[in-house]
Parts: sequence; C-alpha cells; structure tokens
Amino acid sequence: MGSAILNKILARASKKPSVAAGDLVVVDVDTVVLYDSNFFPVYWRDPLKVADPDRITVIFDHRVPAPDRSCAQAQITGREFAKRFGIKRMHDVGYDQGIAHTVVADKGYAVPGTVLVCSDSHTGGGGAFNCAARGVGGPDIIYAAITGQTWFAVCKTIRYDFTGRLKPGVTAKDLFLYIAQTYGDHSNHNVEFGGPGLANMSIDARRTLATMGTELNAEFSIFEPDEILASYMRERGVTDFEPQMPDIDADYAERRTVDLGIVDTLVALPDAMIGNSRPVGQVVGERIDQAFIGSCANGNLEDIAVAARVVAGRRVAPGVRFLVTPGSQAIYRQALKAGYIETLLDAGAVVTPATCGACGGGHMGVLGANETCITASTRNFKGRMGDPSARIFMGSPATVAASAIAGVIADPGDYMKGANW
Amino acid sequence: MISGRVWKFGDNINTDFMMPGPALYLPEAERVRYVFQANRPGWVDQMRRGDFIIGGHSYGVGSSRPAALSLRNLGVGCLIAESINGLFFRNCVNFGLLALECPGVHGMFEEGQTAVVSTDDLTVRNEQTGAVRQALPVPRELVDLMVGGGIFPLLERQNLIAPLPPKIDKSKKEAASV
Repeated sequence: MGSAILNKILARASKKPSVAAGDLVVVDVDTVVLYDSNFFPVYWRDPLKVADPDRITVIFDHRVPAPDRSCAQAQITGREFAKRFGIKRMHDVGYDQGIAHTVVADKGYAVPGTVLVCSDSHTGGGGAFNCAARGVGGPDIIYAAITGQTWFAVCKTIRYDFTGRLKPGVTAKDLFLYIAQTYGDHSNHNVEFGGPGLANMSIDARRTLATMGTELNAEFSIFEPDEILASYMRERGVTDFEPQMPDIDADYAERRTVDLGIVDTLVALPDAMIGNSRPVGQVVGERIDQAFIGSCANGNLEDIAVAARVVAGRRVAPGVRFLVTPGSQAIYRQALKAGYIETLLDAGAVVTPATCGACGGGHMGVLGANETCITASTRNFKGRMGDPSARIFMGSPATVAASAIAGVIADPGDYMKGANW
Repeated sequence: MISGRVWKFGDNINTDFMMPGPALYLPEAERVRYVFQANRPGWVDQMRRGDFIIGGHSYGVGSSRPAALSLRNLGVGCLIAESINGLFFRNCVNFGLLALECPGVHGMFEEGQTAVVSTDDLTVRNEQTGAVRQALPVPRELVDLMVGGGIFPLLERQNLIAPLPPKIDKSKKEAASV
C-alpha cells in the first residue's frame, strides 16, 4: 500500500523510507511558532540555547495589546527571548502582528512538505499549505526550540475527495459543520482533503476548514498541493519547497466523497459542534446579544468581505453588539483598502485590532451571564467565551452578519439577494 | 503497580472543563481550584491525592492549555479513558501525568472502587471485582516521561533550560521576622 500525505512528510522529516500507523517518530521541525501565552511564568522555562533561531517565529496574539499587567509582563519575557537569540521573525504589536496561524499564512511560513509546531490547538490551519502543522503542548515547543525536534505518533488518515463547488453564500465553515454533522468524530485520525473540488476552494476557505479540523478531533489536517497553493507561495517569495501528494494506492482508513454543491447553511447549537448542527431555518428567530466574526478560522479577508456584503446599507439591530476582529493587521489593511471596514463601521459593527480576543473569552467581547452569542470563530464549548451560562451558537460569517442585522439568528440567504450575489 | 480510588467522568471531557479560560493565567494554587468547576463543582475538595480518573471517549478534547498540569498538581495518580485526545495526551507526557487508553474501562468500574495499574505491562485491574483489561500500548519512552515528571525534568538534567528560581518559603520568612 502507498502513503497518505502526512506519512510522506513525517517519513521525510524522520529520515525514514516510510512510516505507518502506530509508529512513534522523532522528526526534525522546520518551523517553531511561539505566542504570548508561552511566556507566562506558569508555562515558561527559559531555554539556554536554541537549535536554529531562523526556524523560530514569535507572534503575539492571544491578548494584545496587553489588557493587564500579567499579559504585559509575558510580552516583555517574549521580547527578551527573541532578542537574546536573535530571532528575526518577531511579530510584536504593530504592522506585522496578528493571530499566529493567520500571520503564518500571510507570510508563507507554513512551507509545503515541511513540519511546523505551535502550542495552540488550531495550528492545524497550516495544513491548508500542505504543511504538517499541528498544535502541541507548551513544553513541546520549548523542547522543539532547543533541540529542533519533536515526536509524533503516526495515525491513519481519512481522505475526503471534494467535487463541485459551494453554493453562493455557503462557506467553508458550513462545509466544516456539514462534515462534523455527517461523519462525526475523527479521533486518532488525520484528515486529508483533495479532489477536483479543490480547484473551487480559495486558500482562505482551505484555511477555515484545516483550522476546524481540530474541532473534528483530528490529529493533523492537510490539503493536497495544487497550482493555487503554488502561486500563493510564490507571491510570498517562497519558491524552494517540495509539496507532497498522496500515493494513488494510499492506505486510507476511509475514503469519502463530498459534493460541495449539496452543503447548505448550518448552525451549531451551544456547547458542541460534532453532531450538534441544524439547518439555519430551524434556529432562525433565536434572540442574540452578541455577534462575533474573527479568530484563526474566520478572521480571513474573505470572511470580512462576506460580512461587509451582508450588512452593506443596513444597520446592526438595537441591543446587539457586532464585533469583527481581522485575523491580522495585514488583513485589516486589505479590508480597509477594499472598503469593507467602512461598510462594517457604517452598519454599526465594532472592528477591533487583530487578536484572538473574544474567541477564547480572553478580552474584547467576553460574554456575561445568560447572554447569547452567535459566532464565526473556532469553538463553542460551554464557558468558552465568558460566563458558563452564556449560550454560543456557531455559524458562518455570512450567518453571523445576517443575525447581527436581524437581532436574532437569521438565514443569510435572505440578505444575499440581488446583483451582488 | 499503582492504585487509586476511582472518579468516573463521561465522554468529551474537554480542556475547558479542566482549565476554564478565566483560570488560564492564575497562579497554580488558584488555578487548580477551577478544575471541573462547570461540570462537577466541588470535586477538587472531594478528591484526594492519588485518586484516579476514569473517562469516556475523547477525553481532553479542545485546546493545548496545560490542563494535565492541573490534574497532576491536584495529585491525580492516573487517568484512564476509553480514548484520549492526541493533544491532551501530549500534555500528559509533557507534564508527567500517567494517561492510558483502555477500551472497555468505563464499564469496568463503579465510582469509588479501586483501580490497580501496572506501569510495566499497562494492565488495569478492578480490585473489587477482579476484572482486568489491557490498556493500549504506549511507547516505553513516553511512559517513562509520564511517570518521570515530564519534559522539564528531562531538559533540566541536560542543562538545556534555566533552573527555576528558588521558591521563597513564606513561613520561614515570617518566622524569621518574628
């Protein structure tokens, strides 16, 4: 039997001819990403050396600009670490800052065919770039920075072949909810995405889906490489890479074909996303206090664009807070130049600087007791965004924007009629 | 062999139950007070050091936050579940919490019974009923890390991380000033 994409990358990184499910492999790490949370005293241990400063990236994202003194101190520790070891890829608050996974995407740090680790669970978004990227623990990151290595247990892969294209107004977030609803949990498996439908999926859409692979409980998520990916990397000056395709007879645990054209708008009910979604029509009318679009899953330019198109010429419903957090300052600037930010502000949205922010209940949009939120972000666990009694519905950016206007959960299709769609 | 009194939990016990967002950056002594606050309030006062947790499927789904560290610091002796999320398992290795996947374990125990685990052959036995099951294999290197305190002691031994600053013993300081 042949190899799936992940097996090929891990075999190369561990200098073995091939790897199989059940193997424990020690791999060379091409990119180690640290973020502000790594530098809190309860998590941080000061490395006395690093393997290669050019393979290390530091990006502040979870709580920036610092909302309190402990966050400020963690950032000081991070700056000192970067300075001491001469780390050039230092993304401090300012021009080049953003959510770590989004900056990794913006800058082309997740190189096809390579291994990237970061101690945030949504690191798998880098799989959109045919990169073996995954979340590990804080100590793993310190170990990888020092030694240049980490370990992985090799898993079997579930393969998805996409055909067709998503309907207008249906996004990659809906596709994720469809997969989570139809196929359930993917524990102890990698997921691999490919097929002719990929040609109709943008890099932003792939990033949303790869990021949400974490919420399928998958180990790694990874996309097949194609010309869309190659030109994206070339635009970022990355030309020296070896993308990995799966073997034609790859040893998959299962192979599933999904016609993108059958996916409809879905909303996950509070507390869970696997097997917990409903067609949007079944939840319309649910009153909301807050609507949020952001995070490494939905802070992309396309997400902001779709939100702007939904709210153009309309106003956010009274009593609703509509928060939009671009994934990076670079995306913020692009959205500004494209006019999306002005459209959102005119509608009454609050646009925040790039940060993980409300997604993790850290700051800038924390929910109070018994509040209801619809969010286009990564996760809707009980208590995730603030008070444990708050209810968190999960949907696409289009659904969230439509709901912000309606003041209740709304079908974005009702806001997408006309020439623009 | 290690043994402990069993506390049972269900499927999909996520990291946010063990370490909710508001607790993330608190000092350790305060942080452990939040463990299972949302799904089983009061548990931290009921459990004793050395107790075991028996979980269902997908134990530890969610974020990379060091929830395993809180369980270890509370004194949880061993975590055994039907299945364990891959990232959470990594953090069990990282922070030195013995964690085993053992299909069928959830139905094998009633809460309050005693589980006996062999760290050599990874068998799990119910002391009351005598039932025995075999946990899924874990590479020896990882078992050694889990029972040996995790990654930081390893890096300390190799002189690759700075030692922790000595803890200030408040009781002594106060005694000295009296």
